[in-house]
Amino acid sequence: MRQQEFLELADRYLTGQMSPKEIDEFELLCNQDQELNALYLSHAEFVQTMKRNEARLEFKNQLSQTIKEQPSETIIVRMWKKLKINAVAAAAVAVLSSLATLYSTGYFSTLRRTNSDYSALKREINNVKRNVNAHHNAIRNINNKETSNPQDALQFGATGFMLTKDGYAVTNFHVVSGADSIHLQNNKGNSFKASIIYVDPEKDLAILHISDSSFAAQAPNIPYTFRRQSIDLGEGIYTIGYPRDEAVYGEGYLSSSTGYSGDTTAYQISVPVNPGNSGGPVLDKNGNIIGIISGKQKGLDGAAFAIKTKALIETLNRIPEESLKGNIVLNNKNSLSSLPRTEQIKKLQDYIYMVKVY
Amino acid sequence: MSKIRQILPKTREDRELLEGLRSGDNSVISYIYKTCYPSVSHLIIGNKGTEDEAKDIFQEAVMVLYDKVTHENFELSSKLSTFLYAVCRRLWLKQLNKRENSMGTQDSDGMEIADVESDVQFHIDKEHEFAKMDSAMSQLGEPCQTILKDFYIRNKSMNEICEKFGYTNTDNAKTQKYKCLQRLKKLFFDQKSD
Repeated sequence: MRQQEFLELADRYLTGQMSPKEIDEFELLCNQDQELNALYLSHAEFVQTMKRNEARLEFKNQLSQTIKEQPSETIIVRMWKKLKINAVAAAAVAVLSSLATLYSTGYFSTLRRTNSDYSALKREINNVKRNVNAHHNAIRNINNKETSNPQDALQFGATGFMLTKDGYAVTNFHVVSGADSIHLQNNKGNSFKASIIYVDPEKDLAILHISDSSFAAQAPNIPYTFRRQSIDLGEGIYTIGYPRDEAVYGEGYLSSSTGYSGDTTAYQISVPVNPGNSGGPVLDKNGNIIGIISGKQKGLDGAAFAIKTKALIETLNRIPEESLKGNIVLNNKNSLSSLPRTEQIKKLQDYIYMVKVY
Repeated sequence: MSKIRQILPKTREDRELLEGLRSGDNSVISYIYKTCYPSVSHLIIGNKGTEDEAKDIFQEAVMVLYDKVTHENFELSSKLSTFLYAVCRRLWLKQLNKRENSMGTQDSDGMEIADVESDVQFHIDKEHEFAKMDSAMSQLGEPCQTILKDFYIRNKSMNEICEKFGYTNTDNAKTQKYKCLQRLKKLFFDQKSD
């Protein structure tokens, strides 16, 4: 039998086109002839390989087609994956820079100020006057082109008083924060340059020292003492401060033993105070310092706050040794107690200074 | 309820998936892609690969699986996704080694790595064998290629082939087919098995 005919039969056998009788004949043929059987087997295997190859190719195409068709993550997702780090970094920079901008433009401090109804009592000296002057100048110079108009640095005024006769004074931290230079001016109009020894922003206290050589140590002993024990509600008190360029006397009583929103380091006092009174001493009827005026509550009449002397002493004790120029020894001999109020004030005035901050 | 069923991604049994692969079911391929590709992509892109390379590797891994499924009575010893991940890892390591970057890969945590060396080797052998068949087929040229494919793969009768190619009778066509087959066999077996 020729090979071609046999393979023809084999193909028919494999595709199942044979009748049962033919199948029997074909199988018999294969069984009888080893050679033909081997030929059949190799043929069958080859055809099988061919078929599988084709199916495999088809599957491969199908697979690559399917994978290609898959919405392989939208472009946004892909970009996000790639740029995630950059985006995070950019966001961080953005947040940082906006915070820095807000901080540098003083947004947070304004925020704090506007959010609280507590108002610190430093006064912006010449604010109105300077605005008006600037206005005048502008009008005056409207025709000539001169525009150079050196502005005075903004100036704050407040009150401070001597702690010791060798030049230590105290005022509020909010008065001196951000200060370029600080000057203390007494009631005779003499001005001394002062330097900051220590600040306690928590308690709103600043300890100053007059570094001016013209401040002679000739000043007599401090006439008042510092009263550490707390005083009773309703006790009469008075203060002297510089809400304007002259010393102003104010009188009232202790109205509460805690300060703004329950602050135990301060008193609430009922004394008329105004911007500029900050840092002023609060004295009892015997001329003992019981506190330092620091602020008042907005929209509430007669609610001013004074930092307790105890808090001042605590702050003084906390000053590191090396920043001191000689120990602070507080006076403990009161020479005011026997005097009438007007005499007390006369004596006091020499020790209460207007703090000018540039 | 039936609508919800359609929307929710069905979780399919591995056995069902293998069956689908054997028959070339498109939905099975996409299902496997959707469930297994992300971890593979993560592995490869996390190890100095690109998106395209990840896809290539994944495709080859599916082919490894396909070869196993179509040639043997294949039983998965692990989960299908684990198997594919292991194969991809093996393939990618090979590729990295080729680039002389014989550094270890960083695996996603909690993936057990199955031993797939033999499976990969099997696939490579098959790939080789089929490449031989492919090149034999392409060397065969027309019309032989089409005649053989029509007859053996598309199961067309000799009469149809006879008509399609314009032979005067089926005997001529049969002779032609026989000659073509003999040539193909010769081409196939004569190739150097290198």
